[in-house]
Amino acid sequence: MLRFLLRRSLGAVVILFLLSIVAFLLFFGMPRDPALLMCGKTCTPANLENLHHVLGLDKPIPEQYWIFLTNLVMGSDDFAQGPCPAPCFGYSYHSNEQVWGTLMDRLPATVSLTLGGAVFFLVIGLGTGLIAAWKRGTIVDKTFTAGAMVISSMQIYFLGPLALAILVYQTHVFDKPAYNEFTENPGAWFSGLIIPWVVLSTIFASQYTRMARSSMIEQLQEEHVRTARAKGMSRRYVFLRYAWRGSLIPIVTIFGIDLGSLLGGAIITEYTFGLPGLGRLAVESVFFSDLPLLLGVMLFSATMILLCNIVVDAAYAFIDPRVRLA
Amino acid sequence: MTEDLVLPAPREAATDVTDAPGEPLLVVEKLVKHFPVKGGFPIRRTVGQVQAVDGIDLTVHVGESFGLVGESGCGKSTTGRLITKLLEPTGGSISYRGKDITHATRRQLTPIRSEIQMIFQDPYSSLNPRQTVGKIVSGPMEINGIEPEGGREKRVRELLEIVGLNPEHYNRFPHEFSGGQRQRIGVARALALEPKLIVADEPVSALDVSIQAQVVNLLQKVQQELGIAFLFIAHDLAVVRHFSQRVAVMYLGKVIEVGDRDSIYTRPRHPYTHALLSAVPEVKVGGEDGEDGEEVPQRERIRLAGDVPSPISPPSGCRFRTRCWKAQDKCATEEPPLIQISGNHAGHLTACHFPEEPTIEARDEDIVLDPALAALEMDAES
Amino acid sequence: MTTVTQEAGASVPADADAFLSVRDLHVSFRTEDGVVRAVDGLSFDLERGRTLGIVGESGSGKSVTNLTILGLHNPMFTTVEGEILLEGQELTTARESELEKLRGNKVAMIFQDPLTALSPYYTVGRQIAEPYMKHMRASKKAAWERAVEMLGKVGIPNPRQRAKDYPHQFSGGMRQRAMIAMALVCDPDLLIADEPTTALDVTVQAQILDLLKDLQQEFGSAIIFITHDLGVIADMADDIMVMYAGSAVERGTVHEVLRAPQHPYTWGLLNSMPRLDSDPNAPLAPIPGAPPSLLHPPSGCRFHPRCTFQDRVGGTRCVTEVPLLGPDRSSACHLTADQKRTIFTEEIKPRLR
Repeated sequence: MLRFLLRRSLGAVVILFLLSIVAFLLFFGMPRDPALLMCGKTCTPANLENLHHVLGLDKPIPEQYWIFLTNLVMGSDDFAQGPCPAPCFGYSYHSNEQVWGTLMDRLPATVSLTLGGAVFFLVIGLGTGLIAAWKRGTIVDKTFTAGAMVISSMQIYFLGPLALAILVYQTHVFDKPAYNEFTENPGAWFSGLIIPWVVLSTIFASQYTRMARSSMIEQLQEEHVRTARAKGMSRRYVFLRYAWRGSLIPIVTIFGIDLGSLLGGAIITEYTFGLPGLGRLAVESVFFSDLPLLLGVMLFSATMILLCNIVVDAAYAFIDPRVRLA
Repeated sequence: MTEDLVLPAPREAATDVTDAPGEPLLVVEKLVKHFPVKGGFPIRRTVGQVQAVDGIDLTVHVGESFGLVGESGCGKSTTGRLITKLLEPTGGSISYRGKDITHATRRQLTPIRSEIQMIFQDPYSSLNPRQTVGKIVSGPMEINGIEPEGGREKRVRELLEIVGLNPEHYNRFPHEFSGGQRQRIGVARALALEPKLIVADEPVSALDVSIQAQVVNLLQKVQQELGIAFLFIAHDLAVVRHFSQRVAVMYLGKVIEVGDRDSIYTRPRHPYTHALLSAVPEVKVGGEDGEDGEEVPQRERIRLAGDVPSPISPPSGCRFRTRCWKAQDKCATEEPPLIQISGNHAGHLTACHFPEEPTIEARDEDIVLDPALAALEMDAES
Repeated sequence: MTTVTQEAGASVPADADAFLSVRDLHVSFRTEDGVVRAVDGLSFDLERGRTLGIVGESGSGKSVTNLTILGLHNPMFTTVEGEILLEGQELTTARESELEKLRGNKVAMIFQDPLTALSPYYTVGRQIAEPYMKHMRASKKAAWERAVEMLGKVGIPNPRQRAKDYPHQFSGGMRQRAMIAMALVCDPDLLIADEPTTALDVTVQAQILDLLKDLQQEFGSAIIFITHDLGVIADMADDIMVMYAGSAVERGTVHEVLRAPQHPYTWGLLNSMPRLDSDPNAPLAPIPGAPPSLLHPPSGCRFHPRCTFQDRVGGTRCVTEVPLLGPDRSSACHLTADQKRTIFTEEIKPRLR
């Protein structure tokens, strides 16, 4: 197991390294000059050149990349804005803040949104999926399946504003979405996030309903499930112990992907509800051609996805003893 | 299946080697196929070898039906795939009509490829479901650019008739046929290029008993009337006995006994062959003894213990020794060569240091190596 | 023969002595293509401690019948009519909870492929212990001990250690032994073995068959042994029932059926099966055609489209009239008893040599 984790982590580092190179090259392939943006309306060629120098953009790209890499690993004191301990992505061109600090500022909102939403959509999605599979062919099954179908065809930018309009602005049932620190005011944290959670989890849950149902139905047709029934184990026991165990594999796989990409920033959700998370940061960094921030957000999101992947693979070994992790 | 065969016009021999029956057609020498096992940390590397086929010698003569029999994991299917060049051998040589084709390239194989064909086990997955029967059967002709006299379609209709299908079914799809009929399509495809050798890998084991016999008879008809040599690979000893003139028995990647059919089935020498034959359930139809009062002798009863060991780390020396009741120290250290031992008929070779008596009749005492069986039978007796 | 024909059918009262009694069983499935009549009017009895071998090819209804006995069919798509009496208890109408008490306890099953029939997620020991805990109300520890004992009994070396292994760590033969241990753990009165050796190698099959026979001596269970292999049946069973397209076509003791088989389908099976003691140079005599679709089974005798002896019956009886099967030694065929005897001795038997 330890070996497996080590090998996968090494692999992840290699992937991140390659990804950073690609990101670097892509950035310099963009037709926009970040210095020109910072320079503003009263830009003189001298100012521009000075800015290029300050930002290090006048150096050859390989050298810039090398500086980026050493800063990331060892930190740097060379920045005019102040010291930058490792992991150092440098200072944002736009806000002049340390990138790592900005990421950490934005992380709690994203984590709150993601984990809270995940709890909702797992409970609702898997619950309805299991019930539908248990009552396969009945009116309950058909209702859940049809409902899931309708909802999964909706999008957050449709459902989000709809929920806002109905639940917040018209009826005032819920508070206007906002992010409050959990440590400061748990009540406000909860009430500010409830609408985003509900909207996010409604859309995700519908996928989990369908997946849980179909994978349970598939498992229930497995021969070993029939054997368990032939041994006299009750339908409920067989359902929960035998079939459920087998259907966990596809569910965990998809959940890992979903969780990883949500932790990297739920761009549309954050925008729809005006939450200060990583997703919005990513959009802003692209908008302002903010190279350090862009690299930071990208690598951070990628790390989240890779991490979730490793966790998923490790989870396989717990679910299925046939999976050997060596 | 009473219709006469439509015999193809004799084709010019590709080489000078004669096609007279009895001449060696396919000669396999010291053939080896190892599959690497990957593992290790931090860099995955080969940590072992599955010794699927480990140095086997075989000769199939022109027009002969040669049976290759053994249990799962003995390497019989791998051997078939090596001969048809679906797999690349690790070592040894395969020569066809005197020409070494062991490492022949695709281009070098072109003239030979049409002469060696394969029939697969699963009549459901070995046919492309999106192609019509006509397209499937004419496929080999198309690939090899062969335009028979009267056109491909005419030839395909002939072939369908040979294998006992209605030529009118030319435009149907595989799913419209039953399992037995699909296997017939597979046979027709194999015959399309007028092959000299057909490798049939478990061609009937997926079929129901009553259908099995239809396909066995078809293959036999093809073999005898068209003079095609067969390498017939199967686990069913009775089917192999019925089909083959000569038989090789494989165990864990080795040929342990080979000889003409009657020798192997009535005068086997290798303990494994004895065990294998004794394990086949017997059906005595029409009463215990024949109508004319002739006693049918009881067959011996041998019950081995456990399953075949893993081909990743096969036993040293004789590979059967771990399950053999005659094994001695010598068997662990020295691999028995495949030789003609005294008392064997000509061409009957056995790889064993301590061969059995050449009979399969019941012994004074059963050989029961399985400890659970032995214990239960002890209880029952006392 | 005509008297036997009249005796047969749905009106036969259940044999009071029989341990298991199946009466006029009909099982059909609803599919997208229509109704599949998988079992059509099947009746048989089984006494305690005896082995009934059911032979048939795929689609003969042999497996369906036995899943129905335990109520393991999918009730949503399946219609079951007729009676299944186990010690007088009607099983077709029994409640699910009553069936659960029987399954794995009084009636146990062994399936064909032990790799897929055992759960990959739990240890072999746990899977064997489970039914023992449930039916015997045993503690976890006692059930585990029993599982280890059973594994030893079926010939798993080092059973205490191996009980902690998962099925994938067992070889094919060992897995089937574990499956047998699981089936016998509650000492069932009836063991249903559905092609238990089909997926195994021949030397392993021989071990398993002998093991089952020896264990039957010890446990005294009745066995229903389902297979397509007449050789295996000849080795295992006391009685034989030959099934074709959803009905039984011939039955009797092993001795009776193999000494003088009566039904053209049984003849066909025997003639098409190569044996180690038959003449290898004589061609096999296959049954022409293929088994019928059970969506549209043939009228009259379901075997008539493949039967080469139809003309000996004369008229259109084979096409119009369903031949019935008597309760004891009998065959469901319109040929007269004399015809059956003559055809077998003069035309079939010589070919079997």
